[in-house]
Amino acid sequence: MQPRTEATLGRLMASRLWKSIFRSGRGTSTLHRSMAIQQSVLLHILPAKVRRRMLNFDATWYLGTLTLGTFLVLVITGILLMFYYHPSVPQAYADMKDLRYVVSSGLFLRNLHRWSAHAMVLLAFAHMFRVFYRGAYRPPREFNWVVGVILLLITLLLSYTGYLLPWDQLAFWAITVGSNISSAVPIVGQKIHFLMLGGNQVNANALLRFYVLHCVILPLAAVLFIAVHFWRIRKDGGLYVQQSEPAKGAGETPVSTEDSAQEAVAKP
Amino acid sequence: MDQSGKQKPDEQEISRRVFFARLGIGSLGLATVGTLSFAYQYMSPNVLYEPSPIVNAGNVDEYSMNSVTMHAAEAIYVVRLPEGIFSLTMICTHLGCMTAWKPELGIIACPCHGSRFSEEGQKLAGPAPRPLPWLRTWLSDDRDVMVDRSTDVPPFQFLRI
Repeated sequence: MQPRTEATLGRLMASRLWKSIFRSGRGTSTLHRSMAIQQSVLLHILPAKVRRRMLNFDATWYLGTLTLGTFLVLVITGILLMFYYHPSVPQAYADMKDLRYVVSSGLFLRNLHRWSAHAMVLLAFAHMFRVFYRGAYRPPREFNWVVGVILLLITLLLSYTGYLLPWDQLAFWAITVGSNISSAVPIVGQKIHFLMLGGNQVNANALLRFYVLHCVILPLAAVLFIAVHFWRIRKDGGLYVQQSEPAKGAGETPVSTEDSAQEAVAKP
Repeated sequence: MDQSGKQKPDEQEISRRVFFARLGIGSLGLATVGTLSFAYQYMSPNVLYEPSPIVNAGNVDEYSMNSVTMHAAEAIYVVRLPEGIFSLTMICTHLGCMTAWKPELGIIACPCHGSRFSEEGQKLAGPAPRPLPWLRTWLSDDRDVMVDRSTDVPPFQFLRI
């Protein structure tokens, strides 16, 4: 960087305006670096320090981050699709066809939304399998596993509610079958079915209900639980990395990993 | 210094703090119940703009003997056998798909999960838990077949012509 630019930047960062926005001010000390993370509303959910091992591809295969990435793609493409989509009968089907054949880049955005939706479900499952088989759900992370299960359910519900919106034969019969499954719930099954569809059959009310759930309620719930999920990662001691856990029974003589491995094998 | 009365209050007696805490929790509980019942009532439509359950399936003389007629838009079969006439729902009792009459096989089949029914609605195969229900059927003054799709009747109640 040229000395003059650097000097200008230095003056700017020393100014009152800069300091009023970025309280941490200048500096490259560890304190300043951690302050820069902690005092930004967008970054405060991240830990101030991360072990290098946690960022390795091996540690997580980045499955959780990729799931978040597909979610962000879905939010952006979904908002763009909403500019051309009316959740009404039979306009919804015509709008879907318009997005395919008439709207500039409509086909690309719709396909991106659809493929990202499939990818998000796949990645969420892959993430959970990874967490399960690595044993990363164990204490102190057991509550975050529960939050993850809630997020999986929200993901599946988003997938299910979005399936009706094209309002074609596939959508109609899939939701007819899916909503009839809820009728099998003892005693209140018919009531759930009626509430979900806003009537006795998949109709204009059902389309509108699924639209509101898909575009407002479920995404808000997802954002809320994603925030809790990420905050818990930080509170539970960061991402799970093998051998990053404190030894069992602090205060005991530390044992080498080989010993504990033998111990684990020796247990019935 | 006899303070035993203050140190060991009657178990029935509750302090002001506890009383107000209970009052607060109780009113919150009431408000929650009220909100839930309000939400349930609001989300249940009182008026439905769905087609009428009662349909006119046309003149009875248009149905030939030993015939199964599909009315796909109304989702009913009108069947005429030597014993009389009756109508069945086309909606599968499994998960609500639309079944179809297969004249070449003489059965009613569901495309979704493979349930099969006889022309009298009796279950022959597949995952359907119940036979296809018979619907209340009568003749109008003009000899039109009238069907009430919202009312099931016990099977084998033929309408004699």
